[in-house]
Amino acid sequence: MKKSKAFWVYIIFALVIYTIVQVMISGGTLDLYYQNILIQMCINIMLAVSLHIVIGITGQFSIGHAGFMAVGAYFSAIATMNLGLPFFVALIIGAVAAGFAGLLVGIPTLRLKGDYLAIATLGFAEIIRIVFLNIDYVGGAAGMVVTNMTTWTFAFVGVVLTIFVIANFTNSRHGRGAIAIREDEIAADAMGINTTYYKVVAFTIGAIFAGLAGGIYSHNFFIIQPTTFNFLKSFDILIYVVLGGLGSLSGSVIAAIFLTIVSAYLSNFPETRMIIYSLVLILVMLYRPTGLMGTKEITHLFKFGKKGGSKV
Amino acid sequence: MTSNLLLQVENVGIQFGGLKAVQNVNMHMNKGELVGLIGPNGAGKTTTFNMLTGVYQPTEGVITFDGKNLKGLKPYQVTKLGISRTFQNIRLFKDLSVLDNVKVANHNLAKHSILSSIFRLPNHFKGEEKMDRESIEFLKIFGLDVYKDELAKNLPYGMQRRLEIARALAAKPQLLLLDEPAAGMNPQETHHLMELIAFIRKEFDLTILLIEHDMHLVMGICERIYVLDHGQLIADGTPEEIRNNPKVIEAYLGEEVIE
Amino acid sequence: MEWIQQLVNGISVGSIYALIALGYTMVYGIIKLINFAHGDVFMLGAFIGFFAITRWDVGFLPALIISMVLCAIIGVIIERVAYKRLRSATRIAALITAIGVSFLIEYTMIFFRGPGLETYPEVLPNTSIDVFGVSVSSKSILILIVTIILMILLQFIVHKTKIGKAMRAVSLDADAARLMGINVDNTISATFAIGSALAGAAGVIFGAYYTRIEPLMGVLPGLKAFIAAVLGGIGNIPGAMVGGLVLGVVETVVSAFGFSLWRDAAAFIILILILILKPSGLFGKNTREKV
Repeated sequence: MKKSKAFWVYIIFALVIYTIVQVMISGGTLDLYYQNILIQMCINIMLAVSLHIVIGITGQFSIGHAGFMAVGAYFSAIATMNLGLPFFVALIIGAVAAGFAGLLVGIPTLRLKGDYLAIATLGFAEIIRIVFLNIDYVGGAAGMVVTNMTTWTFAFVGVVLTIFVIANFTNSRHGRGAIAIREDEIAADAMGINTTYYKVVAFTIGAIFAGLAGGIYSHNFFIIQPTTFNFLKSFDILIYVVLGGLGSLSGSVIAAIFLTIVSAYLSNFPETRMIIYSLVLILVMLYRPTGLMGTKEITHLFKFGKKGGSKV
Repeated sequence: MTSNLLLQVENVGIQFGGLKAVQNVNMHMNKGELVGLIGPNGAGKTTTFNMLTGVYQPTEGVITFDGKNLKGLKPYQVTKLGISRTFQNIRLFKDLSVLDNVKVANHNLAKHSILSSIFRLPNHFKGEEKMDRESIEFLKIFGLDVYKDELAKNLPYGMQRRLEIARALAAKPQLLLLDEPAAGMNPQETHHLMELIAFIRKEFDLTILLIEHDMHLVMGICERIYVLDHGQLIADGTPEEIRNNPKVIEAYLGEEVIE
Repeated sequence: MEWIQQLVNGISVGSIYALIALGYTMVYGIIKLINFAHGDVFMLGAFIGFFAITRWDVGFLPALIISMVLCAIIGVIIERVAYKRLRSATRIAALITAIGVSFLIEYTMIFFRGPGLETYPEVLPNTSIDVFGVSVSSKSILILIVTIILMILLQFIVHKTKIGKAMRAVSLDADAARLMGINVDNTISATFAIGSALAGAAGVIFGAYYTRIEPLMGVLPGLKAFIAAVLGGIGNIPGAMVGGLVLGVVETVVSAFGFSLWRDAAAFIILILILILKPSGLFGKNTREKV
């Protein structure tokens, strides 16, 4: 089948990247500092793509994505540190817990629209954070000590999985239904799309992968604290999606890669980083509100006479 | 009771705040009929459509479609039962391709699950291919198949109107509601549209309810006509009866002339 | 009679929320924008007041007025530079821009003076006053009086002046107002000016009351003031006042019962409940999307 060709291209592309990086790590070209940036990049890509399905595809404006990341981070940390489970099981637990949180948050809030929805998701993310802040079992404000278990392999597989699932969802009747909601919710409803269902599904899938990213994140440092997952974190994720182009998966990936590098260079000047981020955000909104890529995908740029929109 | 009855609207009305936008509307449609719904601006025509399609819930009265009460159903559920519509102010999915617009309406034709799509199981490919095939058939009827990869927003106005009808048809309705399909079209395009409506009606065995301002079109193709004014039905009958009805003439006075 | 002091505390913090909420609600009412940067104007107001008091050695009232004037100017600049072009953009684009402006103000402030705290000098008499046999801090009473005067002033502007009438007209229907000869751009700027002046006043009051100010101090009160505006019915001026007071009292009660760490969650829970149960707020009107 011609559509599965794109799938194999994707897998081979992923394998090539993985092998190159792995060889460079084994050969000592990439020291721990660069490995850490790469892992950070993977985490940010996962977060960006998982928010992309909510904002870019379904058009539901969530600015509380860090809340689901927090759920994944804490639940997976509990699984490894307190229950002694293997890391990959812990990651699954974190993702499932975050997905469940997404379901719980999504069902009541997704009937809200536009800026009201944005504020409600922000509110829920803050509540999630305050809950972790108040539970002594996970260390409260002092945070929770976590062993470093994340490797480049885990982070990269996480990215591949996230993109695979979300791209495949998008390029199906389900994804089309979700995009229809973004384009015109009333018309989508009138064409037989169960809008509430697809909004909740997209939100939950987004939360699952934010949770997975959270699990990988929490095991990449030695401590996690509730303040890590505040509004600033949600804002960071939002800027990947907005800068990359609302509706473009490859756009959010590129923005996540680019901004991870920028923030690595500016890691000693956090204020400068925030000033640049906010200026970029304002300028993009004023002069190119569709973001860098608009709704286009990078594959559109080298289309081989294929129909638009089919990637994976 | 004839088994021929498809839609029955009994004493239906709706209030917004304290304002009665539509009240005491009684209508019925038999299978295969082509009926017009006319009235001056603000008479409540689109509001009636919105009640028929579940966008608004009537505050009084009962709507029965194909023997089923529509009370409390959401628009997508009404669509699944077999009522589909177009919009007065075109509501296409602008950033989707022409083909994808139709495929969205074809959504319920295929049954493959989210998981089979995510893992690209055979069901996914079968379902998507079936949707592709069927959707292109609809586009062909409307002469839009050559533009299938264009974004909907890039189509000229007349084609957007036609695409909206194609999309509504793809939802496989028994009853098709057209909200001013000829709005903004020139006489030639309107004429073409009339032929198209007559064709799809026969081809798909459709029942059609049509809101239209173009009296030439309404009088030309509708078998019966309902007239709304100030939220109430003031007349119904054949085009000939409507044309000579003094109440209708009065309602339209100063609005536009019935030829 | 501990609870009376608690109630007064609640009303004091609530009146600060109310003052900020007014700006949110007025701006939302007129251009349907959640002005995220509003909390940061409040922060700037607090710092302007601080500099006025410490550098120029002025008293509380002159500092309040200086801060209000400068904040009004800042508000108009923000509107003209960042928001004006977004009038026809989607509300989401406008919201993202507002978030951007908010962070820009915060981190520019930190960039230039660091994230450290400043301590407000004692500018208000701090004695205990006997009210109905209960001792209440004089600061609380003074703050309440200042807030009430500002609110009465606002009511007067909105209902008795020409610009107030223009503001109400534009918020109902900007296009119709334009056709009636109202200068919509100036009216919107005036709305930002008034809202920002109130936020500036709230900043000085906050500083004088809590004494500690820092560049990120606007974030949480800003969000809570927004919640207060939603609670009262966004776009509704008396609603914002009531919403602010209710929120302040609820937070104080939650703290008084020993759940002070949960205090911030209370506000967000109120927000979510109100959004889900009655998104138009306590005093708002229902709106319906046109099909």
